[in-house]
Parts: sequence; C-alpha cells; structure tokens
Amino acid sequence: MSSFDMNELLNCMHCGFCLPSCPTFQQTGLETYSPRGRIALMKGVAEGTLPVDAEFEQNMYACLGCRACETACPAGVQYGALIEDARELIEDRKKARKRTSFARSATLKHLFMHPQRIRWGGHVLWAMQASGLQKFAEQTGLMKVLPREMAQMQAAVDTVASPAKRKRRQEVVGPDSTSRRRKELDAPAANRKPAMRVGTFTGCIMDVMFYDTNQATARLLAKAGCTVVFARHQVCCGALHAHSGEKADAMELAKQNIVAFEQADVELIVNNAGGCGAALKEYAHWFKDDPDWADRSRQFVSKMRDISELLAELPPLSFTKPVEARVTYQDSCHLAHGQGVRNQPRELIRSIPGVDYVELQNADSCCGSAGIYNITNYDMSMRILDEKMQQVANTKANLVVTTNPGCLLQMKKGILDAGLSERVQAVHIVDLLNQAL
Amino acid sequence: MTEIVGREGVLTTPNSLYAYSFDATPILRANPDVVVIPRTTEQLAQVLRLADAHKIPVIPRGSGTNLAGGTIPVEGGIVLNMTRFNQIYEIDEKNLTVTVGPGVITADLHKAVEAAGLFYPPDPGSQRISTIGGNVAQCAGGMRGLKYGVTKDYVLGLEYVLPSGQVLRAGGKNYKDVAGYDLTRLLVGSEGTLAVITELTLKLLPLPETKRTLVVFCEQMVDAARIVERTVADKIIPATMEFLDQATMRVVDEFSHLGLPRDVAAMLLIEQDGPEQQVARDIDRIAQIARKEGAVDVQVAKTPEEGAKLMAARRSALAALSRLRPTTILEDATVPRARLADMVEAVDRIADKYQVQICTFGHAGDGNLHPTCLTDERDREEINRVEQAFEEIFQTALELGGTITGEHGVGMAKLKYLPQRVGEGGMELMQAIKRAFDPNGIMNPGKVVARSARQRIVVNQP
Ligand SMILES: Cc1cc2nc3c(=O)[nH]c(=O)nc-3n(C[C@H](O)[C@H](O)[C@H](O)COP(=O)(O)OP(=O)(O)OC[C@H]3O[C@@H](n4cnc5c(N)ncnc54)[C@H](O)[C@@H]3O)c2cc1C
Ligand code: SF4
Ligand code: SF4
Repeated sequence: MSSFDMNELLNCMHCGFCLPSCPTFQQTGLETYSPRGRIALMKGVAEGTLPVDAEFEQNMYACLGCRACETACPAGVQYGALIEDARELIEDRKKARKRTSFARSATLKHLFMHPQRIRWGGHVLWAMQASGLQKFAEQTGLMKVLPREMAQMQAAVDTVASPAKRKRRQEVVGPDSTSRRRKELDAPAANRKPAMRVGTFTGCIMDVMFYDTNQATARLLAKAGCTVVFARHQVCCGALHAHSGEKADAMELAKQNIVAFEQADVELIVNNAGGCGAALKEYAHWFKDDPDWADRSRQFVSKMRDISELLAELPPLSFTKPVEARVTYQDSCHLAHGQGVRNQPRELIRSIPGVDYVELQNADSCCGSAGIYNITNYDMSMRILDEKMQQVANTKANLVVTTNPGCLLQMKKGILDAGLSERVQAVHIVDLLNQAL
Repeated sequence: MTEIVGREGVLTTPNSLYAYSFDATPILRANPDVVVIPRTTEQLAQVLRLADAHKIPVIPRGSGTNLAGGTIPVEGGIVLNMTRFNQIYEIDEKNLTVTVGPGVITADLHKAVEAAGLFYPPDPGSQRISTIGGNVAQCAGGMRGLKYGVTKDYVLGLEYVLPSGQVLRAGGKNYKDVAGYDLTRLLVGSEGTLAVITELTLKLLPLPETKRTLVVFCEQMVDAARIVERTVADKIIPATMEFLDQATMRVVDEFSHLGLPRDVAAMLLIEQDGPEQQVARDIDRIAQIARKEGAVDVQVAKTPEEGAKLMAARRSALAALSRLRPTTILEDATVPRARLADMVEAVDRIADKYQVQICTFGHAGDGNLHPTCLTDERDREEINRVEQAFEEIFQTALELGGTITGEHGVGMAKLKYLPQRVGEGGMELMQAIKRAFDPNGIMNPGKVVARSARQRIVVNQP
C-alpha cells in the first residue's frame, strides 16, 4: 500500500503560483483542476477526510502530468512524485476491489510489458497500412469498433517501418569515418581516445511508430564520432505505468533496462523521447530505498542524456544541407519541466542553415498529449490542443519541431484538425537534424 | 441555484467543496455547502437575493491567495467564485482609466495596459494569480507602494451588489468627486463583508520611461534601515525599497541561483523609475548614500533583465521560504518608517525568546514588514509558541505607533487585534456600517467585524 509523503504535501503553501501555468486550470478555471487543488485533495485523502473514490480518481486522472506546475512552484513541491503516489493509491485500492478496467490493462499490462508484442503490433499496423486495410477499415466503419478516441488519434499516424526493414538494423553502428578521420587529425596522438560508446534507448512505441527516427539518432551520433549500440533486451521505460499508478510494473521494467545497458557496456545512454527520458532519469529516485538497486540505478541515471543534451556536449555537427523554412519549437513537458532541457534543442534548430526560427508563445505549456491522456481524457486534450494550434498558426511557421513521440503525434493531429496540413508539418528534432546533415 | 447559474455553475461534490475550503492562509480550513460560479451581474444579484432570504452566508472569492483567512467559509454557506468576471471592458486612453471585471488576474491587467503604454502601479507579490477584485477587497499593497501608493489610490469607481440584490454604483471616471460619502473608498478593503464588487474603474498613469535596480548589502539591519531613512530624507522617493534578511536571502538564492552573498545581515533592493536621466541621477545618489551609511557592497544592475530577475526573486521570497519547514506562516506588521530597525530587532529578540524561526522581509520603504515563521503545523507545542511570538510582535508594532496589518487585511487572522487598533468606538461604528449594507449578516461572516472575536487567532483554528 502506498501512501502520501506528508512532508511533501505540507510543502505546498497554497500560494497559487502554479495555477496560471496549469493547462487544465486554464481550460476550466476550477480549483479541482489545478495543482493547488489536487494537492489539497491529496491532503484530504491523506488525512482521511476524503475517500479514494471515483471523483478523486477522475480529478487525479484529469491531470496531464506535464509538471509545468513544478517549474512554476517557488516552494519546490515535487508535484510529479505526488501525482504518481495518488494514482498508485487509486490503482492499489482498485486492485483490492478487483475491478481493473479492461482497456487499461490491455494496453499497460499486456502490451507495454512485452516488447515482442509491441513489435508484433507494429508489424500488424504496417501490414494494415501497406495493404490499404486501414483505409478499408476507415471507409467501412470498422474503425468504429475501436473507441472513438483511438480512432481519432490513429488518423495522425504515419506509415510504420516494415518488418524487413526492422530486421536490417545493425546492433552496433561504428563512428562515421569522415568525422572520425577529421577528429583524429585534430587530436594530438597522445590523447587520442577511442570513440565513445553510446547506447541508444529505443523506446517501445518510439521504435514501432518512429523507427526511422531511432535510426536517424544513431546516424547523428555516429557523425558526431560515437560508436552507437542498440542494446538488446531493453524494454519500455515504464513512464506510462508509473504515471498510471502501476509503479511495481514500472520498476520491473526499470530493472530490465538497467541490466540491459550494463551488459551493453556503454559510457552514456541517449534517448530521443522526452517522456521516456524523464522516467529513465527518475530510476534513481524509484530505487532510492532498495539497497540492491540504488547504486546501479544511480549509475544508469548518471549516464542518461536526451539527444539534444548529448549533441550539445559533443563537438558540434556541421549541417550542410540548408532547411529553408520558418521553424518553431514545442517543448516536450517532460524534457523542459521534467529534465530542465530547454535551450539545447532551440540552439540545435537555430544552427541549421536556412532556418528562420520563431519562438512559439507558451511553448512549454502542454499540448495535451501527455502519455495516453489524449485517449483517456480526449475532450480536455482536444481543447488544450485547439489553443496550442491557434498559437502555432500565429507563428506562421511551416515546421513544428518536437522531441517526444506523443507530442509529435498530437501535433500532427492538431495540424490535421486545424486544417493547416497544407502549410505546416510536424517533425521530430532528430529527423530535422538528420535531414540537414 | 442551478436555475440561476446553470448546472455548470454549481459545485457540490465532496472534492469540489474540499478544494474551496482553504485559501493561502496556513492551517485554516472549513468546507462551504456549495460553490457558485456566476457569470453576470444579474445572476449574481439573484444568487444574493436568494441567500439573503434564507440567511445563507456568502463568501466572495477571487483566487484565494489572501493570507488572512478571508475566503474560508467558517460558517459554511456559498463560496462565490468570481473568476468568470474576467473581462477587461475598456482601456480609456483619453481619461487614463481602465474598466474591468473583478476576476481579471492582476498580471494580465498589467500586461494589457502596458501594451498601451500605460501603467497600473499596485503590484502585490501574488500578482501572477491574484484577481483585481481580491486586490481591491483587500486593498492590496505591493513593492511600488512607497512612491505610488496602494490599491486604494487607484480605484475611481465601482459597481457592487448588496445582499438585497440591489445593484449600485459608486464613483466613476472622475478624478475628483466629492458627492456625498466616499462609498468607493469604503468598499476598498472591505474584505467581502459589505457587498460583492462586480466591476471596477481604475486610474492609470503613463508608463515610466525606464527603470533601474540597485542592490545594497549590509552587515547590520540598522545600517539598512538608516539607508532607507537617509534616502527619503534626501528627497528621493524610489519606486521600490525592499529588504530581505539573511535567512530569506539564502532561501531565495537557492531558488533563483543569483549568487547572493551568504554572510551579510540584510539586503536592500531598490528600484527607481522615470525619465532616464533622473533615474540615473537618483540611482547614483542612492548608491552614494548607501556607501556612506555603511553598506558593505553596492551593485547596480547592468541591464533591465538583470533588474527584473532580482525583483522576481524578491517576489518569490515567501514561497521560497516555505521550502525550509513544512508550514510557513507569514505575517504583516507595519510601523512608521523611522522605527523599522527597532521593529526588526524586536522580531529577532522575540523569535529568540520563544525559540521559533522567523525570517523577515518586506517593504522597507513603507515600514511594512513580513515576519515569516517557519514551523510545522503538526507540532502543537511549537505552534503555541509561534502564537505567543506573533502576539508579542503585534503588541510591539502597536507600541511603536504601527498597525496590525499593512496590506493583508484583518480577515479571521487579526480579528482579535482590531479592537486594540481602532478602539471600542471604532468597532461599534464599523459594525453599524456593516449592518447598513448587510442587515442579515450574510456577507463573509466571521471576518473583520465579527461580533464575537475568537481567541488565539493568528494560527490556531477556531
Ligand atoms: C505569495 C503571496 C504573496 C503576496 N503578496 C502580497 C503583497 O505583496 N501585497 C498584498 O497586499 N498582498 C499580498 N498577498 C495577499 C493576497 O495575494 C492579496 O490579498 C490579494 O489581493 C488577494 O487576491 P485574491 O484574488 O486571491 O483574493 P481572495 O483571496 O480570493 O479574496 C480576498 C478577499 O477579497 C474578497 N473578495 C474577493 N473578490 C471579491 C469581490 N469581487 N467582491 C467583494 N469581495 C471580494 C474575499 O471575500 C476575501 O475577503 C500575497 C499572497 C501570497 C500567497
Ligand atoms: S506553487 Fe507550489 S506551493 Fe504554491 S500552490 Fe502551487 S504547488 Fe503549492
Ligand atoms: S502536471 Fe500539468 S496538468 Fe497536472 S497539475 Fe501540474 S500543470 Fe496542471
């Protein structure tokens, strides 16, 4: 049984500074949809004044988990950890009542816990797309069998990579010879180092839906002089589980990942999904009380970098192919608020020749994607997205760059719905950089 | 009620009631019976009429950031959420006024008028989220109080609704208006105990051309106080003169990473605005005074951004303090400017005496101090000592010719001290005024002029 960290709850002094940055409060203006209100409700539960009931559950799950409130909070309240505790409490209670919803467990337990199944799902999706079945399904209304939300979101999904293509992935990619040669010429013989071994965290959905982005990540790193290792036996990061109150499952996945990258023997680990990255960097916090894993998880976290973060540490890449476009950037909440990475992606985008960079108003406010929020809380998510799209339109940009698969999908959906497809595209930062190399 | 404001405008579920059972005041909490969210003055008038007929308490609420327990529904009833009255109706550039709904966020108002080259000076530390209605009902102050005054100096007119449902107006766009009693001023600072404010006309100024910030570090509090006195005596009125004591500086620095020194006793943050040359001259002159009066270091912010960062850090002082211990109790005592150092020293002595941790910061220029106690509400014994310490702090403030609150208002927190401040005659008159507006006593009962003042008010729950 989990319970709340009373000290953390009391740390919140109800000042309300977090309210203006909370997208769900912005939409509703209601205290129950604000960080301050949610913390108060948790306090009510912790004190036994409020029950853990359907209303409490609804309020806790209406939160995007975007953690913009953490950035705004001067008292340093660790809201992210609190909301995870709240959801864990809810799920534990439900388990006690043996009434887990089927759809949730179907996705969280039976899909995300098993990498083979995700890959298999990817193959099915590819087959459907490749054979035109998806279109058929749409036209015949087969799509309606899926919940409305899923059906709505799938419109934004691109064609996924074929199984054959997946099979061709090299497990280790050597440093790019051209950059290697240049580096060797630059470095005095004495302190010439072997190329840094960097492991890539491929992610579960990321590797299915954005396989090419993962490949591009490897290419960028190789260009930057690294040996890139696709570590075997890695699994989903566990973020979705942790955010949905399934902490035990999340920790199980974390252990597998720690082992996988220990075996891969890498100096650093890179990820290209803001949401996964934030969870991966939290492993040390998850295992802080576990003597067997505390040290190993700390090691793991100390090696973890977001791709933008790592590229900023490495010798700068030289982009040679100009991208003539007006470009704007939508922060990934978990990259900006969760990991504090804000400037690096912007600098990288600006360093591409031809790019006309414009800042998006409220770029670091959540787009409404938030893991599976756009499926579980579809209506709120779409209200938030509509506002975001208005701001995107205001920038007059042709390219919206994101750093997280969920945000990328959400942006694509937003662009479709807002009828902006003609002139705006959404792209993952890695793909944009790769295109400019 | 749903007939008046629609289903969406009425909240009754346990979570909703709980979420509106508190404001920024520590420890105090009480559930309302219902939360009502009107959208129009007409709806509001009907709600009030209904409540008055049934003698149901009505507690107007902006963003709930007040620190006096002003929006706690101690006697249950209706929490009246005013946040939907959030339109800016008119920025009148000819008359230099702005007309707004009370639910407009203070910072949004700042942004809107500044975009037109105009200036609304009151800037409470909570401006990012507090509402104009809340500011007016509390007569909020802020960091620019020294030169520009506080909220009451900017309210020209208002529309308000009496518990009877009658909609009235007071004042208007006239800068001069002596037609009868000044009901506008009476409603400013009335803390929701007389009527509900539904519209405000506020006075604007031209936006000052430039501003510059200066930071002064002192080894002793008295040095800082003397620098403040000498500056004003030298006929310079800075826009802002804030001070932070050592403990506060440390915490703020941890939050804002400004690299503040760790070994000085106090820091003064001084800002001047106005025409460029004048500002430069004033800032120079203040720097000279500071050096002469024993400052250990004087730094002029090089860029406006650097200055803005320092001011933002000061704004976050209170919230950042709350990182140290679980419960933060901020109080608000004011003394005449010349007694500032005496007061700060008294606070230190009192903290020592009762063995409690008190950090002090505040508006040095106005003599308005915020002794802030870092404690843990679960420790009843410590809370008792805190209570005694604050009691002595307020006594001292009154003895020094000061007052029990400079800007946070009476609410529930200062009920006990109000008679000492205004006297028996003052209390009786205030109660008679209250009866004239609100004969059935439904408006925010238990606040300001509550008939039976409770014991142990500042921190202990009634
Ligand atoms: C971090 C922090 C910093 C602060 N800094 C300052 C500061 O520098 N200066 C300062 O003066 N205060 C400060 N405060 C206190 C507080 O923010 C102010 O009192 C503010 O004006 C309250 O606004 P609100 O919208 O939150 O009002 P609320 O807290 O919701 O309400 C305040 C009072 O106004 C009444 N009220 C609200 N709306 C109406 C209406 N439409 N009609 C009638 N009555 C109404 C309520 O009943 C209540 O009594 C600070 C608070 C915090 C948490
Ligand atoms: S900003 Fe922090 S302390 Fe203030 S209400 Fe929000 S969570 Fe609580
Ligand atoms: S995580 Fe995001 S949605 Fe949730 S309370 Fe914080 S700001 Fe609001």
